[in-house]
Amino acid sequence: MADQALPIRGTLDLTPAQSKRDGMLEILHDWITTVDHKKLGILYILYAILFLLVGGAEALFIRIQLAFPNNHFMSPQVYNRFFTMHGTTMVFLMGMPAIFGFANYLVPLMIGARDMAFPRLNAFSFWMTAFGGLFIYYSFLGGSGLYGVGNAPDVGWFAYAPLTARAFSPGNATDYWAVGLIASGFGTIGSGINIVATIFSMRCKGMTLMRMPLFVWLNLTVSALVLITITPLTAAQIMLCIDRYLGGHFFDTQAGGSAVVWMHFFWIFGHPEVYVLVLPAFAIANEIIPVFSRKAIFGYPAMVTASVGIAFISLSVWAHHMFTVGMTSASNAFFTLSTMLVGIPTGIKIFNWLATMWGGKIRFATPMLFMTAFLFQFLIAGLTGIMLSVSPWDWQLHNSYFVVAHFHYVLVGAILTAIFGGLYFWFPKVTGRMMDERLGKINFWLFLIGFHLTFDVMHIPGILGMPRSIYTYEANRGWGTLNLIVSIGAAIQGIAVLIFAYNMVISLFKGEKAGNDPWDAWTLEWACSSPPPSYNFATEPVVISRRPLWDLKHPEDPDWKYE
Amino acid sequence: MLLERHRAKRVTALLFALAAFILPRAYASGPQATPSIFAPDSTPAIGIYGLSLFVLQITGAIFLVVAGLLTYVIIRYRVKNNDDGREPAQIYGSTQVELAWTVIPILIVVVLFLTTARMIFAIQDAPRPTTALDVSVVGHQFWWEFRYPQQGIVAANELHVPVSSTGQPNPTYMKLLSADVDHSFWVPQLAGKTDLIPNHVNEMWIDPLHTGLYVGQCAQFCGTEHAKMLLRVYVDSPDQFAAWVKNQQLPAVQDPAVAAGRHVFETQACMNCHTIRGTVGTGHFGPDLTHLMSRDTLASGAALNNPQNLRQWIKDPDSFKPGSLMPAMQLNDEQLDQLTAYLATLK
Repeated sequence: MADQALPIRGTLDLTPAQSKRDGMLEILHDWITTVDHKKLGILYILYAILFLLVGGAEALFIRIQLAFPNNHFMSPQVYNRFFTMHGTTMVFLMGMPAIFGFANYLVPLMIGARDMAFPRLNAFSFWMTAFGGLFIYYSFLGGSGLYGVGNAPDVGWFAYAPLTARAFSPGNATDYWAVGLIASGFGTIGSGINIVATIFSMRCKGMTLMRMPLFVWLNLTVSALVLITITPLTAAQIMLCIDRYLGGHFFDTQAGGSAVVWMHFFWIFGHPEVYVLVLPAFAIANEIIPVFSRKAIFGYPAMVTASVGIAFISLSVWAHHMFTVGMTSASNAFFTLSTMLVGIPTGIKIFNWLATMWGGKIRFATPMLFMTAFLFQFLIAGLTGIMLSVSPWDWQLHNSYFVVAHFHYVLVGAILTAIFGGLYFWFPKVTGRMMDERLGKINFWLFLIGFHLTFDVMHIPGILGMPRSIYTYEANRGWGTLNLIVSIGAAIQGIAVLIFAYNMVISLFKGEKAGNDPWDAWTLEWACSSPPPSYNFATEPVVISRRPLWDLKHPEDPDWKYE
Repeated sequence: MLLERHRAKRVTALLFALAAFILPRAYASGPQATPSIFAPDSTPAIGIYGLSLFVLQITGAIFLVVAGLLTYVIIRYRVKNNDDGREPAQIYGSTQVELAWTVIPILIVVVLFLTTARMIFAIQDAPRPTTALDVSVVGHQFWWEFRYPQQGIVAANELHVPVSSTGQPNPTYMKLLSADVDHSFWVPQLAGKTDLIPNHVNEMWIDPLHTGLYVGQCAQFCGTEHAKMLLRVYVDSPDQFAAWVKNQQLPAVQDPAVAAGRHVFETQACMNCHTIRGTVGTGHFGPDLTHLMSRDTLASGAALNNPQNLRQWIKDPDSFKPGSLMPAMQLNDEQLDQLTAYLATLK
């Protein structure tokens, strides 16, 4: 069985094709009880896409309300719930599950392992996350609040104290928020531990740390960061529950508690969280850009250093969310400097991607289109980030629509764009079928137009003095036309996301057969069949360089000679 | 020839029009309906504006260079139609190049940081002139209370301060406090924002250079009606300010013609939350109404202050500001008319 299409020896699937077809109940049972990292990865991704649609719908409702001044589409109470739930959903129920989905599916495959280090913990983590998310959403039905039956959290995703105290947030909406996130937080920590343990202990023969794909390096960094950052959030939420039900006074300003302590707790979680979300986007870019440029990643050691460097620096920048809370001038200067320092490793990354593309033969298939947009958009997001790090200017821009535009540039322009690229890139591996290129291109261009219409324009009302979290605004402020344009862009993005969802479903059944290695790529997952067998590799693969499949395809000029 | 000259004239006119449009925004000569941070009119805001232009130039230059390179790479290195299918030369990295693009950003950060630090200290640690006016700003859900300790005045929602000029600085120093949750004081043309946090006293200062009305609003989400916690800063000439202070110091007008309305105020729940000096009403939960009619707006800027709106506001506050903490007073029409007539005399 010397098969040229399966270049890594030992990856051959020696089991006969499955003949038995299961009924619906068996399939369901199989998915619910699975401990296979690939199935859990798929569950994470589907869960993330579900909440992308839900959170996106909330965003569209918000944009309808803001499209015109003094609009009465929604009451302030409903609006406040929607923007709170939109933020909470997109960060905790869409962003985090999406990145863990990628990590779960790909990390073991890329390091030549058969599964995660702790498969049962893996399943536990997913179901905790899923439970947390559903629990928060149940508040729409079950959280009796001030305004009658059903009251979702309405205190902002940052839930600043003391607005969350029982005096200002009666009912149970805030409890749903806190308890739901504590639950999903445990899931996240479980996943973090699992990924770190997997990467340290499950690598195949020859896969030294410095031969790991950058995707794996970044997920190692992210998971380590998760262990540090989720804990303060969980701690703060437990303290909040103590305040609300056991007479604690941590954040109860009426009884000598401190509102500022909540902010510190929240942002020492919240800022590294941004990197928890964006580093996986870098991870995706690190795999896609070299393959479509047909070149090895430029400056691998520099990329590793920059990634780990970003993680460390990101732990010292949290109070740049707090320039306006009245810190001393020295503290403001410190956090200005630490924030600007992030720009250095981030710049290194952008330059290395640029250098990877330089001199290559770039193929603009859909995944690479998304990566190109990612590079431009991440550049702009980084530069507006520099503007916000200038603390005096931040005194103006903080909590304005400029900030909203900035972080959506990061979250949508960089992270979601990279996730789309990643889904187009690995869909063939997961399903065995290609996603439709024509629909992919329509999806890409529509999304690009919608994105820029929305988020480029959104910077301007911020400069013109429009604060965030407001459900309406005066007609004479001059923000009306701009907001209308932003809303139109949002609708276009909505259509693009629906096209994406349609493309996924249609390609799953009717897509072109992909084969094992449709993109002519170089990392180990492309040596498996598509979809990979449940045990991934029949025998443990052996690697001697960063691009094992390159070595096999080019025995005359293998990588290991240069590393 | 004629046509050309005509066109030249038109272009000149267009340029002038553009300049007329842009310049007042860039170098504000007074308050504007759109509170742009690029139309600063007070020392802190002007300082920030200058710094922001500097940062924009640097980030703009970075953008042009990097985006230019990206565009070049995308066009130059896209795979050709007649490609031979061979892999391009593999380049794994270069220490010199890596060093170059590490050192240059470090230098940029140093420059940016030093410039920024200078501005932080200049604004935050500015020496306070002895002549400065003191105001305590207290944030409430969802309105502003302004206390002038030197003058013994309590006002609401509309802050009056004297005008400054470069020769005669007359800054206002504000102590920022909160009675309930976090708020943030933001009038973009005058200064950056500073938060009002319960149990945590903050300070900020402004010295507006022109008279008139500067608008802003609460910039920290504070609950249901955060959006309608609007801010109005009236910058007065020295004479106007003195007259305003003098009027605010007086007790409430006592007009026997509206005694019935005053009786309603004193016997209904109104007086639990509102103060009118000279009556039994000494509540502190809502705005001081002693000089209600000296204000242009009701409900923290949500509606114009005239008797019709006032009546409507007392009858059904939710019609202007759903979620406002002022309850609908459930008065009958006669009581409403009497109360409105009384309140309308409180100049």
